[in-house]
Amino acid sequence: MSIYQLTVNKKKHRVDVDSDTPLLWVIRDVIGYTGTKFGCGMGLCGACTVLLNGSPIRSCSTPVSTLKPTDKITTIEGLSEKATHPVQEAWVEAQVPQCGYCQSGQILAASALLASNPNPSDVDIDTAMAGNICRCGTYTRMRQAIHSAAKKIQSTKKS
Amino acid sequence: MKTSTSRRDFLRISTTSAFVLALGFSSDSKGKLLKKVSTTGVQINPYININEAGKVTLFNPRPDMGQGTYQILPMLLAEELDIPLEQVEIQMTDGSDRFGSQLSGGSSSVRTRWIPLRTAGATVREMLVQAAANRWKISMNDFSTKDGFVINKLSQAKLSYGELVEEASHLPVPTKPKLKSFAEFTQLGKPSMRPDVPAKVDGTAIFGMDVQLPGMLYASIVHSPTIYGKVQSYDATKAMAVKGVRFVLKTERVFFHGPYSDSGGFDQKLRGKSDAIAVVSESYWSALKAKKLIQVSWNALGFGETATEQYFNQAKAAALHEGNEYKDAKVGDFAKALQLSDYKVQGTYQTPFMSHAPMEPCNATVFVQGDQVEVWAPIQGPDGLVNDLATYLGVKRENIKINVTFMGGAFGRKAVFDFVMQAANLSKQVNAPVKVIWTREDDIQQGPYRPGMISAMQGGLDKDGNVLAFEHRLNGASIMASVFKADMRKNPDPWAGEGINLEDSPYAFPARRNSFNWIDPQMPVLWWRSVYASTNVFAQESFMDELAAEGEKDPLDLRLHLLRDSPKFVAVLNKLAEISDYRAKRKQGVSIGIAIARSFASIVAHAIVVEKQKAGVKIKHVYSVIDCGFPLNPDNIKAQVESNIVYGLSAAVCNQITRTHGKTDQSNFHEYTVLRQGEIPASTIFVMPSQEEPGGVGEPGLPPIAPALCNAVFLATGKRVRTLPFDLSSI
Repeated sequence: MSIYQLTVNKKKHRVDVDSDTPLLWVIRDVIGYTGTKFGCGMGLCGACTVLLNGSPIRSCSTPVSTLKPTDKITTIEGLSEKATHPVQEAWVEAQVPQCGYCQSGQILAASALLASNPNPSDVDIDTAMAGNICRCGTYTRMRQAIHSAAKKIQSTKKS
Repeated sequence: MKTSTSRRDFLRISTTSAFVLALGFSSDSKGKLLKKVSTTGVQINPYININEAGKVTLFNPRPDMGQGTYQILPMLLAEELDIPLEQVEIQMTDGSDRFGSQLSGGSSSVRTRWIPLRTAGATVREMLVQAAANRWKISMNDFSTKDGFVINKLSQAKLSYGELVEEASHLPVPTKPKLKSFAEFTQLGKPSMRPDVPAKVDGTAIFGMDVQLPGMLYASIVHSPTIYGKVQSYDATKAMAVKGVRFVLKTERVFFHGPYSDSGGFDQKLRGKSDAIAVVSESYWSALKAKKLIQVSWNALGFGETATEQYFNQAKAAALHEGNEYKDAKVGDFAKALQLSDYKVQGTYQTPFMSHAPMEPCNATVFVQGDQVEVWAPIQGPDGLVNDLATYLGVKRENIKINVTFMGGAFGRKAVFDFVMQAANLSKQVNAPVKVIWTREDDIQQGPYRPGMISAMQGGLDKDGNVLAFEHRLNGASIMASVFKADMRKNPDPWAGEGINLEDSPYAFPARRNSFNWIDPQMPVLWWRSVYASTNVFAQESFMDELAAEGEKDPLDLRLHLLRDSPKFVAVLNKLAEISDYRAKRKQGVSIGIAIARSFASIVAHAIVVEKQKAGVKIKHVYSVIDCGFPLNPDNIKAQVESNIVYGLSAAVCNQITRTHGKTDQSNFHEYTVLRQGEIPASTIFVMPSQEEPGGVGEPGLPPIAPALCNAVFLATGKRVRTLPFDLSSI
């Protein structure tokens, strides 16, 4: 076991874990943010998606030892205060989630897409979201919600 | 539908803090009245609790796996109680008897609770009104109720439910409370926001995976690679050396609902339970690491050379012979009608074994303390779990408490509780709360699976293309034999005929025969979203198009003709033709295929437009019409059809389970592939308006999807797909 310093949701954490421990289990079982989910353990399904310095990564396949104390890790709990991120609001308006298990990862992937590409095409959405499986099949609503969040972000910027 | 009002059990509960009005149902499946529960010192969790502060708590008896019961069942109560769902707290029932059947399965939740829960709400409402009438000494007719208040229509004075609950609890229970008409509904029948959605976008919804208890240990399981198996020996030395690992223990995996013996099953093969090895550790990661270091020598119990290929060969051989006949599909003399036909058509269809692969792998947290058992788990039926745990652990049912969490998908998998029993077994062994987490590999490689099936279809036509004879021979595994160890060698599995009996498939064939040949799958099989309707309807509706082609009829016209005496089916087909512009002339290489099926008391038809590519075909659009009776939340009904389109298409063009040398060939999402964003066609869904009793919603959208696609593929390419899955890019 070794001590690692992590910055998760703007808070600094010192954790004492094995160097090969995936970030997923540190976030969930040590720090206690359970919104990030375990789905496949191989980076195939995207349920464990978190943001590393704003980019989506698979936390199930990211050993804690590869992270620097200055790296900014964002989980669903840290995306916004009171679920007010435009993507989260669009997700509620479109009633996207069914079982909901994959949705933390989906929302983080979508928020990263919009941060780098404020007006994504359908093809952009396909590419950015291809790593996140949803077995309930909420893909169509996610696409609608991403477009509507993009519009909302743009109109907020204009006003 | 039979209501449960005669089994109403009304309870008055006086607690130290508040009076609560409580109404529950006896759960006895035989319909007997339960003895009234003494309120002294007994914790009561009935459907409706109102305390003196006016806080209303409603209990949802059907676990939510994404299908929307968390909203819609409490809304049945809230509608009649006249309180907006936003004002109430929703809790899950705990598996105890007074809540009746609590299994989410068979798209049955609303169908079975439509009248009982509304009656519960209406009963409490009438008692609150009576209490107000008594207080003000005016007629009950001079009151209305709204938003948790009883309102005096003459004076406009208001009393909150909280102010009336104590008085109401002393009143006699009305025997025939008046239920609202459809027109009187204020919450049901219009698109509404599901109350679980906010918690599912901010990460606060608690799934089984998220349960944390003080002193909890984590367990990872080494299962038998052949599913059935016994441990001959194992070496835990390296595993025990992993930091954090507390125990490496022998445990087991029990199959279904018992008996949990080595010789369970009518064929006396060893299918009651298998051995397993568990690593119990302070963290899940260390348990996972240690699991990989355990060397186990297995006895495969004769299952080491089983294979799905062998199974399908047996089923195809069986299909040459008529099976045990279904009475619920029999019309006329099939053999004779076939003999008199001018043209005969045959087709043999194959559907694969499937894994449910919900996003949340199986997991459970259990704490066994002496004869007390508490469970926190994502499961489809807490009452069934109480029964199974009581049998398995030998404890009293009333000593078992189930905390139902949200399920990260289930699709039938979490209606059996092998993973919970493992956590119970381990908690008992180590005297601590234990959370068992299956890996995705466990999920995909261990089953139980949807049975793969062979459907042998045969039809006869006259010279004008009219269908004279129609036969569907089912050949494959029996879920009833697997789950309940029933002998299906001499009888048609009653579940296996769903979706194609006369009620579900009222095609007016002059002669018709369905039959079933049981084939031993040599692995545990289980219901999977829409169960046998998923396999049966693929064959049935594909073959309908084969008959249409042979008889030179338009597929829609053939169906409309054969369903002419079934107005609901005709209405659905006509609406489908309208929204899909079915009759439009399409350009070369673009085709529209249709299929229709009734399952779980609802009718769904899909039309799929495909376009031929240089290689393969591309799905352009899916049009869907659902008639599920009175639509309680039309937006959620659409969401469930969208879900079934994706789940059904994944099964048609992506994933399957195959097994060789007793082992499953697929292990994770790189081998058991599913559709992703960018692979999903656009869809247009129409929900039929209806004033009929509600039908199922979670499953009926699935069965017609694969045949609609394959019918479109045939029309575009001339290639008839008879085996699923198939590759869209190379067909």
